[in-house]
Amino acid sequence: METMMAIVIGILFSIGVYLLLCQSLLRIILGISIISHATNLLIITMGGLKTGGPPLISDGFFSYTDPLPQALILTAIVINFALTAFLLVLAYRSYAVLGTENMEQLRGNDDE
Amino acid sequence: MMNNFVVLPLVIPLLSGLLMALLRKNVRVQRWLSILSVLLTFTVSYHLLQTVKAEGIQILEIGGWTAPFGIVLVVDLISALLLMTTSVVSFACIIYAFKSIGAEREKFYFYSLIQFLLTGINGSFITGDLFNLYVCFEVMLLASYVLLSLGGGRVQLREGIKYIVINTLSSTFFLLGIAYLYAVVGTLNLAHLSVRVAEAGQTGLMTTIAVLFLIVFGIKAALFLFFWLPGAYSAPPAAISAIFAALLTKVGIYTIFRLYTLVFYHQPHITHTLIAVMAGLTMLLGGIGAIGQWDIRKILGYNVIIGVGFVISGLAVFTSAAVAGAIYYVIHDMVTKALLFLLGGTMISIVGTGKLKEISGLIRNHPSLGWMFFITTLALAGVPPLSGFIGKVLIIKEGLSKGVFQAGFYWLAGIGLLSSLMILYSLMKIFINGFWGETQLSKEMEKGTTQGLLFPCVFLTAVCVFLGLGAELLYPYIESASQSLIDPHSYIQAVLSEVV
Repeated sequence: METMMAIVIGILFSIGVYLLLCQSLLRIILGISIISHATNLLIITMGGLKTGGPPLISDGFFSYTDPLPQALILTAIVINFALTAFLLVLAYRSYAVLGTENMEQLRGNDDE
Repeated sequence: MMNNFVVLPLVIPLLSGLLMALLRKNVRVQRWLSILSVLLTFTVSYHLLQTVKAEGIQILEIGGWTAPFGIVLVVDLISALLLMTTSVVSFACIIYAFKSIGAEREKFYFYSLIQFLLTGINGSFITGDLFNLYVCFEVMLLASYVLLSLGGGRVQLREGIKYIVINTLSSTFFLLGIAYLYAVVGTLNLAHLSVRVAEAGQTGLMTTIAVLFLIVFGIKAALFLFFWLPGAYSAPPAAISAIFAALLTKVGIYTIFRLYTLVFYHQPHITHTLIAVMAGLTMLLGGIGAIGQWDIRKILGYNVIIGVGFVISGLAVFTSAAVAGAIYYVIHDMVTKALLFLLGGTMISIVGTGKLKEISGLIRNHPSLGWMFFITTLALAGVPPLSGFIGKVLIIKEGLSKGVFQAGFYWLAGIGLLSSLMILYSLMKIFINGFWGETQLSKEMEKGTTQGLLFPCVFLTAVCVFLGLGAELLYPYIESASQSLIDPHSYIQAVLSEVV
């Protein structure tokens, strides 16, 4: 299962990096989004993948799921959600003001 | 020592920020609240500093969950010192903002955002948990994203997007590092991490994770990976860029200090050598950048980078005195960088442009501004009675005495000295071009006034002079702070006293 997850995470990361390297701002934002999802998957994989165990240590159960990675991911997702929302609004705003979403044309010049 | 005061530097700005968001229309109340909040934070941090000095490290286990199971907040001397400096610097920047930031921004949550920024910064200084550190970083960064793009000018939007994309990516790598670390040692509490890493030995895997963290905080602190900084810090208005320059990179520096003295200190020939190389390159490249620019804001931005390189070289030398020098230099750098950005911002607001070639002869109508700029230049270059001197002497002296055993440290100390010269040259360039020469603007032709802008500058100059002349008062605190960094035992003892 862990190997499977590792491959999936690897694929997600490569897609994310490809999108990040595009010139279009929208694709960059999507790339960031995909990379952070891949990171979330990585956290849960790193905590150990188990099925059926409750997140509590007690005498009756032998399998035990670590609740901490899930708590971490929950926080990370919330933060990432806020960030993506803000970035999308900013991208829209900058398209309206600057008239382009091509990163090549956002280099700036000395006349400002 | 459990102490409920520990949480206050986090709670005061958070609550006042929320309160201000409710009072959006009432700018006057917001101003008073900002000042009140910063002064309260200062008082609390001063109290904490004295308590820590007298009774040892103070902690607070949030919700009563004992470490390492719950989140702890820890205040040791370096945290308390940085908390105090943060309040001093933000006090000056907020007062500067009263006259310069404009009604538009004031009505759109400017003061709340500053408070949220301070929440994140203070939180990063006091947290004792790696994931909590990530959250505090994000709080700080989100506030800084909004502050950077608030107002929506062309340059601000353009630079804001780059800044956000780079910082988001580095935050993602931060999470990756946390995930790897959790998989290897199974804890995220900093003190517990230190214990576990010491028990298991810092294997190759751990060192790889350490280097990953170095990349993350290298981006945040502008250590070698600083390509985003000059553009981003020159975009927003002076009050905002001053607070960024003084505080944001310093949080990254603090984290590098914390992690590489508390957790990853077992393989210094790999990690600390890498840190030394990065610090040297940062000083050199930052210096070259500062010399080559002709825009005030860009020159100041590159000066921030040189400062970062110099502080981190204190960590790279890694002796008690060098770390003390680095702590002293961080405090000095926070104050003087804020002052420098405020003075530069004032110059730009008078002339209406940041291009040095179009400015000259400001000293005739603005003598006090010129003199303060001159004092700041001397302080940053490290001229004796002023604040930059002691930090530089300690770091370079220790670097030279360590160079006897490892020749590389001669290089580091040499680059450190050269960087002082580069700072002096780049700032003198501003001084000579901007203040000397023929006065082109009469009082009536100026684009802005200095009215109300000079008080925060005078205040910070006074702090800067005090840091130099009153070093004797401050040094006992800094010395014990550096000792507790070099020997992580007291930190671990304070946090895990009930477990270990």
